[in-house]
Amino acid sequence: MTDSKYFTTTKKGEIFELKAELNSDKKEKKKEAVKKVIASMTVGKDVSALFPDVVNCMQTDNLELKKLVYLYLMNYAKSQPDMAIMAVNTFVKDCEDPNPLIRALAVRTMGCIRVDKITEYLCEPLRKCLKDEDPYVRKTAAVCVAKLHDINAQLVEDQGFLDTLKDLISDSNPMVVANAVAALSEIAESHPNSNLLDLNPQTINKLLTALNECTEWGQIFILDCLANYTPRDDRESQSICERVTPRLSHANSAVVLSAVKVLMKFMEMLPKDLDYYGTLLKKLAPPLVTLLSAEPELQYVALRNINLIVQRRPEILKHEMKVFFVKYNDPIYVKLEKLDIMIRLASQANIAQVLAELKEYATEVDVDFVRKAVRAIGRCAIKVEQSAERCVSTLLDLIQTKVNYVVQEAIVVIKDIFRKYPNKYESVIATLCENLDSLDEPEARAAMIWIVGEYAERIDNADELLESFLEGFHDESTQVQLQLLTAIVKLFLKKPTETQELVQQVLSLATQDSDNPDLRDRGYIYWRLLSTDPVAAKEVVLAEKPLISEETDLIEPTLLEELICHIGTLASVYHKPPSAFVEGSRGVQHKRLPGSAGSGESVESPDPGAAATETPPAVIPSQGDLLGDLLNLDLTPTTTTGPPPPTTSGMQMGAMDLLSGGLDSLVGLLHQGPPSLSASPSTTTLGGDIGGNPAMGAAFGAAPATMPASFNAPGSGGLDDLFDLGGGVGMPMGALNPPKAVWLPAMKAKGLEISGVFVRRAGVIQMEMTLTNKAMSVMTDFAIQFNRNSFGLAPAGPLQILTPLSPNQSIEPLNNLQVAVKNNIDVFYFSCQYPISMLFVEDGKMERQVFLATWKDIPNDNESQFQIKDCHLNSDAASNKLQSSNIFTIAKRTVEGQDMLYQSMKLTNGIWVLAELRVQAGNPNYTVSSISLKCRAPEVSQCVFQNYEAVLKN
Amino acid sequence: MIGGLFIYNHKGEVLISRVYRDDIGRNAVDAFRVNVIHARQQVRSPVTNIARTSFLHVKRSNIWLAAATKQNVNATMVFEFLYKMCDVMAAYFGKISEENVKNNFVLIYELLDEILDFGYPQNSETGALKTFITQQGIKSQASYLISKNQPNVVYCGTHGFLFVFLWSCFVLQHHTKEEQSQITSQVTGQIGWRREGIKYRRNELFLDVLESVNLLMSPQGQVLSAHVSGRVVMKSYLSGMPECKFGMNDKIVIDKQGKGGGSEDVAKSGKQSIAIDDCTFHQCVRLSKFDTERSISFIPPDGDYELMRYRTTKDIILPFRVIPLVREVGRTRLEVKVVIKSNFKSSLLAQKIEVRIPTPLTTSGVQLICMKGKAKYKASENAIVWKVKRMAGMKESQISAEIELLPTNDKKKWARPPISMNFEVPFAPSGLKVRYLKVFEPKLNYSDHDVIKWVRYIGRSGIYETRC
Repeated sequence: MTDSKYFTTTKKGEIFELKAELNSDKKEKKKEAVKKVIASMTVGKDVSALFPDVVNCMQTDNLELKKLVYLYLMNYAKSQPDMAIMAVNTFVKDCEDPNPLIRALAVRTMGCIRVDKITEYLCEPLRKCLKDEDPYVRKTAAVCVAKLHDINAQLVEDQGFLDTLKDLISDSNPMVVANAVAALSEIAESHPNSNLLDLNPQTINKLLTALNECTEWGQIFILDCLANYTPRDDRESQSICERVTPRLSHANSAVVLSAVKVLMKFMEMLPKDLDYYGTLLKKLAPPLVTLLSAEPELQYVALRNINLIVQRRPEILKHEMKVFFVKYNDPIYVKLEKLDIMIRLASQANIAQVLAELKEYATEVDVDFVRKAVRAIGRCAIKVEQSAERCVSTLLDLIQTKVNYVVQEAIVVIKDIFRKYPNKYESVIATLCENLDSLDEPEARAAMIWIVGEYAERIDNADELLESFLEGFHDESTQVQLQLLTAIVKLFLKKPTETQELVQQVLSLATQDSDNPDLRDRGYIYWRLLSTDPVAAKEVVLAEKPLISEETDLIEPTLLEELICHIGTLASVYHKPPSAFVEGSRGVQHKRLPGSAGSGESVESPDPGAAATETPPAVIPSQGDLLGDLLNLDLTPTTTTGPPPPTTSGMQMGAMDLLSGGLDSLVGLLHQGPPSLSASPSTTTLGGDIGGNPAMGAAFGAAPATMPASFNAPGSGGLDDLFDLGGGVGMPMGALNPPKAVWLPAMKAKGLEISGVFVRRAGVIQMEMTLTNKAMSVMTDFAIQFNRNSFGLAPAGPLQILTPLSPNQSIEPLNNLQVAVKNNIDVFYFSCQYPISMLFVEDGKMERQVFLATWKDIPNDNESQFQIKDCHLNSDAASNKLQSSNIFTIAKRTVEGQDMLYQSMKLTNGIWVLAELRVQAGNPNYTVSSISLKCRAPEVSQCVFQNYEAVLKN
Repeated sequence: MIGGLFIYNHKGEVLISRVYRDDIGRNAVDAFRVNVIHARQQVRSPVTNIARTSFLHVKRSNIWLAAATKQNVNATMVFEFLYKMCDVMAAYFGKISEENVKNNFVLIYELLDEILDFGYPQNSETGALKTFITQQGIKSQASYLISKNQPNVVYCGTHGFLFVFLWSCFVLQHHTKEEQSQITSQVTGQIGWRREGIKYRRNELFLDVLESVNLLMSPQGQVLSAHVSGRVVMKSYLSGMPECKFGMNDKIVIDKQGKGGGSEDVAKSGKQSIAIDDCTFHQCVRLSKFDTERSISFIPPDGDYELMRYRTTKDIILPFRVIPLVREVGRTRLEVKVVIKSNFKSSLLAQKIEVRIPTPLTTSGVQLICMKGKAKYKASENAIVWKVKRMAGMKESQISAEIELLPTNDKKKWARPPISMNFEVPFAPSGLKVRYLKVFEPKLNYSDHDVIKWVRYIGRSGIYETRC
């Protein structure tokens, strides 16, 4: 006789049998058959074939059978729209039935049938039912408007149902009011800008009256609707709060939480010095605590909400720590949430209790819970400074348990503790290092690596430890790889001597063998930083990190405000705005708390800053793995309480000119080398002893030490000679003395950078070079060779570099010249252009007659003319200038206000170049305007002209 | 709002599936089964989001109830509703089991149609529902006990099956028009939890004050935390629409009265009054009246209901004191002595006393001597369980145990979990006293004196632990 038998009939030809039964004359048999059909429907069988037969049973006066048929209809009408029409007549007739229960049933079911044709017929009965004399019918019709709106919004508006629905808010029956409010709220949600729920003091008053009388569910609808209202001023706000507070004693948690939502929102408008404000705060705590004795699922929702409330108004629950202590039988999701709130409420006053609890939890069974408990201990340490020491010792105790995941989690939080209290608890590092091998989770490995890198100078075998991680570099997760890279660079900057290979290894692993763009980029940044300016590198990488904020895992303030407006809903459970998980137009509206006390600011105020400006707490992303990230910039919130991060200055340092940076530190540090050297291009010099002791070189801020070296140096030998060479050679003032250019960038030469310039002194062409070691290892055994070139330049002597070139040290002293420089590492090739003036020999002054003859002798084809612009010199000055570059003026004549200068020069290989220079004399400023060059080898003309231009404009 | 409601058995087979909204597709039923019921993991959250559909579920014995939605619903409300749904089903057919759900599936569909409209919860009071739900609950044999106090139960015992028909088994068509509108106004009205026209020959009231007392005590006897969570549960069999007023020794009320009344009153009652931290009420209680006057007045539902819940933390009478003494004798022996002292009137008797003394994991043997009751070492639970059936107030009893331990290299100290205790006492540890429960029925001719009232106090242990 029980219904379960309907679930078991799985005979063949079942549909056929059912059909027969449905058409039976006996009411009981029909009923049985429909029940069977519905049972099949529930278990997922397709019984849509029986549609006409079931619909035939609809015209009955038996309510039980009618309900069953309606249930079937709701399920299958959509798949059989044409057949469904057959039912319309009965529906319309039922809507007129004298029994209100049948009228309501008909209108309720009709609304559930989503077939357009039926919807059309629904309008008239619905209109009648909305004004029915029976409240049961009216409350059902109110919901039906929402159903119809879901099917066809336009129809609802056209038919004027919305106005009727609005009228129902003033209905005498509280349940009708509640359902009308629910329907209107839902419709309003899909029309964000419509003024459907025209909430004004009058309607609010009606709602508040209905609140006292309607069912628990109705109270929830009304409270949720009230929460969308913005009172005009603090007095109205207070009076609503007063009428809502009794709801806090309701047995239904949803009523309580919705009331809490209204109060939390309207409280924003109350002045804080108001007595009532304090009373309200006190009233909020007990109901929230009581929620924790509800069923676990409700506890979970309540705890998620309390988490929000505690962030917004910590004062409410600050004395209620104990109720959040985890009970043995709590489901895991409740335990985890309780832990979160315990940390939020932890303060100096209760920390001892909290720690004792956390220590208990850390020995529980559930892995997630234990992990979170361990993490919580760390967060306590960060939050309550006085407890830090006890937390650390608790963590050490836990590490001693050797339970793998406990150890790993402890290491992760100890890293955070180091970030908060640097240089305080380093004594524990030894213990941590003992557990190095057991770490198998990326986060723990990364944390450990960070610790090793950060305190490399205190860990004797830091290089070994890091090297051990490096072996499986490619198998590590990105997090670990990044951390390892940073840690090794840190280690290198701290202990450069022993770790060059390591750093080179990791840099090449990161840059050459990795597909990960983040890793590569970071690798390159370090590499360049180290090779261009190790001082800057040190300042950047080893910069003092900002302390992490005490409150972590905080929800971003604007989101928090929005979530407070959604207390009790799924948004507050997920801690996400509704737009993050709701499709379509619903939930796109962003709710916001009303303005603070007395301002009476409208909620719709477009100014997003209005509410957010009140000192938002610093938010640090919970991902601790960002720690120790390169530059720490992405981690540094502007609001951090710690000292301003010095990273910016580090950045500037990095951009600073290499020479000047080196100069300052060197002059300041070493007081070596005659100061008068400033005239020489090799301005900075370095004692040999420095060069001989690479470690010292690095120790002295790793400044690029410069050191003159030269070939062609007379009496090559001691350092002093070199100085002499650099400083002693008298340079004619005004001679072309271009700055050094980088000929060989360090990137191309495994860290050797060569910059240089050509000068001609005392009839000798000199190639002055600055060799800088940007690599990590010492360079020795330098040698130089030139490729065969047009003018037959060749090194006059071997490259004299007296001392091994230690890292970050540089040596200084040497038109297309291909040069090979060799050192212990490799041979590097580069090419550089030398100015042709180098080649002008001192005896290039031609006799007048010879000049005239030669000028004529050289065919005109070989003459090339160039314009020189913006050169304001008179002929004498130009002549003098050029003379210093071994271009000699042979004659001068003045024609039509123009000075004509005839000049000659001779290249080292004996080629003569003749020039006619026109200088405009008429202007207030003399202007060299054009030049004609004649030469037997016209190829050089271009070069010579460029030289002219360079000399004259210099 | 709720888009669909599904009931599954423990295997994940659908027993009931009712979709209220178009946005919940047919695959939603399977999505929950695959992702939650069949998930290997333990349930990590009662709220699950699968493909932008949120599932909120509760579990009753082996049965899963899940509500599906695509909107930002009021999650608290959905859970409250699911519990309510369970209560309603339990009221109709007893225990929620696969068998009962299958037996009553038509009823459940009818209920779901009535108490959820377009996903909005409607009236869900069983008393009211029974007036117009056509189906009756079918209880399986084992799942219920018939209360003597339920006058409208008819027994039909045949073939081992009992069918319970409530008065509403007269099919609805038999209601007169007047009755019909009475039903609808009751369902929608202010007193949705009670129907009109209830008649009893004997007006009776049962009032139980059920408290659970929680304690955490330090080994030295210092109270670390203690609280009582209590419930006032009522069974009322009253005719008509009685107006009730409940009074207890609430400090706020008594202080207020004390101001108005004589000073003698304050002296007398001030000591006995209790401070209630917080309380919640059944929806029949007029909350605004409680808020302003702190008086508890209501028209009660018929039959069983929970009138209020409360919580107290001050001046709690701790029925038992546990004094532990643990001595480690060498590395392989442990001596434990536990004394319990009852701390209430010697005329009262505590029952079902159980003391649980945890033992180390390395325990190899235990020797027990106890003055009263029976004690046993349960290796599987790593504890000594000492049971005493009865114990009068102001008494003391003790147990001594010698625990042999296996020698281990493990340096980790035994964590010494707290000693826990279970008991039942015939008084309210919070000190709560029912001062009065007045019944007025203006229309019918019975007065407060005619109502037979029974009041009972039961104090049980919640988590009652002493650290050792």
